[in-house]
Amino acid sequence: MKKNPTVELKLPVLKDMELVATQSSEVIAKHMSLSEEKSAEISMALIEACINAFEHSETKTEIFINFIISDDSLTIKVIDKGKGFDASSIPLPDIDDKLVSDKKRGWGLMLIKELMDNVDYESDHTGTTLTMVKNKNKDE
Amino acid sequence: MSKVINTESKDGLIIIYTDGYLNKDLGEEIQKIAYEHIENGELNFLLDLKQSNIVNSIGASILIEIIEKLQDVNGNLYLCNLAPIIEKTFNIMGLTKYCKTFKSQSEAIEELS
Repeated sequence: MKKNPTVELKLPVLKDMELVATQSSEVIAKHMSLSEEKSAEISMALIEACINAFEHSETKTEIFINFIISDDSLTIKVIDKGKGFDASSIPLPDIDDKLVSDKKRGWGLMLIKELMDNVDYESDHTGTTLTMVKNKNKDE
Repeated sequence: MSKVINTESKDGLIIIYTDGYLNKDLGEEIQKIAYEHIENGELNFLLDLKQSNIVNSIGASILIEIIEKLQDVNGNLYLCNLAPIIEKTFNIMGLTKYCKTFKSQSEAIEELS
């Protein structure tokens, strides 16, 4: 059985390191002949996924990103060894509420779900794996 | 490194030009400049993002803070020259509901002045 090509990154928890991940995703999207629009959506979702992993997991070391390339999709796994979280406990943000709230942030998960075709979380006290998929159109 | 590259007053608008990643640092720099102008009674801002083609939700959240502040003083924040992914992100967040966007600076000035 053919093994899907995989790109693996290990990012230290340092400022703006999410841009290292987007540089990789842009190269991979080009390799897969994905549209510029899809490539930009992947980059944006990846930025938010990395920021969530950096900040909310409270991991102090590093995060891991796997890009799994297949004929019809790109699967990205963002893995941290942090404290874990319950995605169902995160309220859906609303701009009207945010404008009158002291807490303006909390958009990451919503953006990831809107920009990618499939999103799934596995999380416990030993860490979190976010899996997100962008499908390739037949004409790409 | 991302930064505000220029600020100018034109046709009743304070135009803020950015360069690079609209993250927390750049958001806070925009916020500081905007709040200084608000203190001087200047209440209409056009943020020109021509040279910023990437954003994160932390930077965008700081724009929400600026919009909130401007609502208190009957001011406005407008946006122009948005990269498609930034426009899409701001649309998903609902930010464009409170922040009119323009394709170009000239289009913004023509309509707003």
